[in-house]
Amino acid sequence: MTVIGGGIAGLCAAIAARRGGAAVRLLEAAPRPLRGGNARHGRNFRLTHETPLDYVPDRYTADELRAELRSVTGEETDRVLTEALIERSYSIAGWLIEHGVHLQPPGTGVMPYSRRTAFPLGGGKAMINALYASAERLGIAINYDSEVRSILHSEGSGWTVNVRSTGADAPIRTRSVVVCAGGAGADPAWLRANFGSTAEGWMVRGTPYADGRLLDLLIGAGGCAIGDPTTCHVVPVDARGPQFDGGIVTRITSIPLGVVVDRSGARIDVVGAGSQPTHYAKWGPRIAACPGQIAYLVLDTQGLARAAPSALAPVTAPNLGELAAALQIDPTALLQSIEDFNAAPANAARTIAEPPFAAYPMRPGLTFVHYGIKVDATMRVVQADGRRHDDLFAAGMIMAANVLRRGYLAGLGITLSAVFGQIAGEEAARHVRG
Amino acid sequence: MSAADPMLEAERVLRICSACMYCDGLCPVFPAIDGKHNFSLSDVSYLSNLCHNCQGCWHDCQYAPPHPFAVNLPATFADLRQRSYADHLWPPALGRAFRASSLAVPATVALALLITFALVLGTGSPEALRTTYAGEGAFYRVLPWPVMAGLAGATFAWAVIAVTLATLRYWRTIAPETAISEILRALPIAFSDIITLRHLGGGGPGCHDHNERTSQRRRILHHLTAGGFVLSGLSTIAASAYHHLLGVMAPYPVASLPVMLGLVGGVTMTVGAVGLLGLEARADRAPSDRGETKLNLAFLVLLALVGASGLAVLGFRSTPAMAPLLTAHLGLVFGLFAALPFSKALHAPFRAAALLRAAIDSNRRASARAPDASGDSL
Repeated sequence: MTVIGGGIAGLCAAIAARRGGAAVRLLEAAPRPLRGGNARHGRNFRLTHETPLDYVPDRYTADELRAELRSVTGEETDRVLTEALIERSYSIAGWLIEHGVHLQPPGTGVMPYSRRTAFPLGGGKAMINALYASAERLGIAINYDSEVRSILHSEGSGWTVNVRSTGADAPIRTRSVVVCAGGAGADPAWLRANFGSTAEGWMVRGTPYADGRLLDLLIGAGGCAIGDPTTCHVVPVDARGPQFDGGIVTRITSIPLGVVVDRSGARIDVVGAGSQPTHYAKWGPRIAACPGQIAYLVLDTQGLARAAPSALAPVTAPNLGELAAALQIDPTALLQSIEDFNAAPANAARTIAEPPFAAYPMRPGLTFVHYGIKVDATMRVVQADGRRHDDLFAAGMIMAANVLRRGYLAGLGITLSAVFGQIAGEEAARHVRG
Repeated sequence: MSAADPMLEAERVLRICSACMYCDGLCPVFPAIDGKHNFSLSDVSYLSNLCHNCQGCWHDCQYAPPHPFAVNLPATFADLRQRSYADHLWPPALGRAFRASSLAVPATVALALLITFALVLGTGSPEALRTTYAGEGAFYRVLPWPVMAGLAGATFAWAVIAVTLATLRYWRTIAPETAISEILRALPIAFSDIITLRHLGGGGPGCHDHNERTSQRRRILHHLTAGGFVLSGLSTIAASAYHHLLGVMAPYPVASLPVMLGLVGGVTMTVGAVGLLGLEARADRAPSDRGETKLNLAFLVLLALVGASGLAVLGFRSTPAMAPLLTAHLGLVFGLFAALPFSKALHAPFRAAALLRAAIDSNRRASARAPDASGDSL
């Protein structure tokens, strides 16, 4: 069987299928150093547990996770898949450890207390590396730089997967396909098609390889789409960061400590954003709505001292006039905005008064899109007419919208991808072995 | 590292690390930069020696090349580490010898060998190198005791003084404002970290000796080398105790304390050093630094030669080969001591100083920790 996509879902699918007795080939579009999809940027994953474990303290019950999921996604999600996710989130950590992943014991390093999530030692890429090493040990064939151009159902049964690798196209005949190619959104053309011209100024926080091509292929072949291609999780990121793969370090975390202006120097705000961690998800769309999709967070020296470090040092100036010049925005408008803000500081926010001043240019950073392919409880792709092939599966962010129709819970992406990848691999192996 | 200004490169990379912190469980470098926006020369001097070069953070880094951020902390630190050695050497003029360490170390050893052979020939007859000696005092017929002890004492004293002063200069650069009591509280932790080489474990799984695979090999080989070095030193102390307290002159019987210590020490040091050379040969070049590799090679080859030549003296001490082997061994030992202050040996006291500061800082963090933060909102 063939697994398309070498992120956490693809790896879990490939390993589960191999353990289930199938001969497996894994096709990863990225070159080896950039393998692993967005799990490379993941830091933790959510799991339920009734008692403290070596890698997660306290307890976090299935009922709690169920309630939290419902509070962000609402009722319109697939009940069966949601229950499978909740149930397997209990055993997934042990399975990952069994396959070489090291989890960080609570209280070591500087990671904050978290009873809901476990932290892979060294982060997501370390976890990915461990799973690749396991996959190699188990005898899974891995092809990097391998971009799937088409998947065609053969007469009778099985599939032909056309792969472009180092410029040459080659067909792969396979009895079963598991598509774990990630969500859509990392292709500028896909973004423009779904979000219009405002998508021009966006950054993509994750891998450039989650470009929606496989999702389009599945839908083109009759697959049933699910979710809304125009809703997404988007947060403020440093405008000077890389277009793709900025990950965690370009996220601008200190908005509650300062004031935000657009490129005309006019102050913008988001009602109810406050200083809760959820403020990111509210500020992302607000910045996306700004002219040129850019805004500036202005801090004074007090605010900067309280801010968490970010990858790129802020633009600094001894006074607001020079700061405006450095940002190429109108100094009069900026001064006016700051003056108005200081006259009536919003809720707990501070005044912006003490020089030197600092600013971060911000753009919307796409995290993932609430859109994907519909699957059944066995991860088989469901066609728009309700039928399905018994040998075509999808797992990971490409089908996350079955559960996450909107909203997000921290650390859920990796759990979801690992769990559904595992199920897809088991089901595919069962099918192949007959 | 080829960046024009390593300090700027260090600031750039450490800023990214401090914003990311995914590696915080790997070693104390990351907790030490938590929340920091700016880095001083003293900070990077401290951090670069706190790094044990396990390379875990290179393999685990989501921003390693070809990512545009091109983060390569092990190579950045390797460069800065060498600068920290050179900047604190005593006498300061040694900085130049250090920068050309791969030439200066062999040259010093060659000179020491030359002088030793010259003294052997000058204090005895040319026949001395071809005669079979046996019995008590045999070694001193090759090189008279006062000359041997004088050279050993002088080169050893030089090494101890120069390394101690360099370490003190380094400690002054990185020392936090602290009370003696705080240092005393931190000492047991630092000592345990030094003895166990805990941070060569990459947070548990070990070092990345070769590609992504982790193992404890480097830790074990390092301990064999260091332990062998210590045992060899103890052997010399035991021998001088025999000489001065018991009035028995070398060579000693195989079953004696000095010989047993020397035998075990020599074997472990040689095996360790050769093993580490093997790891060095297979090491990934991308997260390494050419200068540091040369420094490592020069030091490891020297240690291996000292260990192997000592074993050769023991093995052939009742044959005509004893005299030239003993002369070579003594020359290598004098050369090792003479070159010690500008060799990779500096990493030991510098890292120990960095571990002491890390222990002090970690005690402070533990007493100031706020338990209310939650990690559930990434």
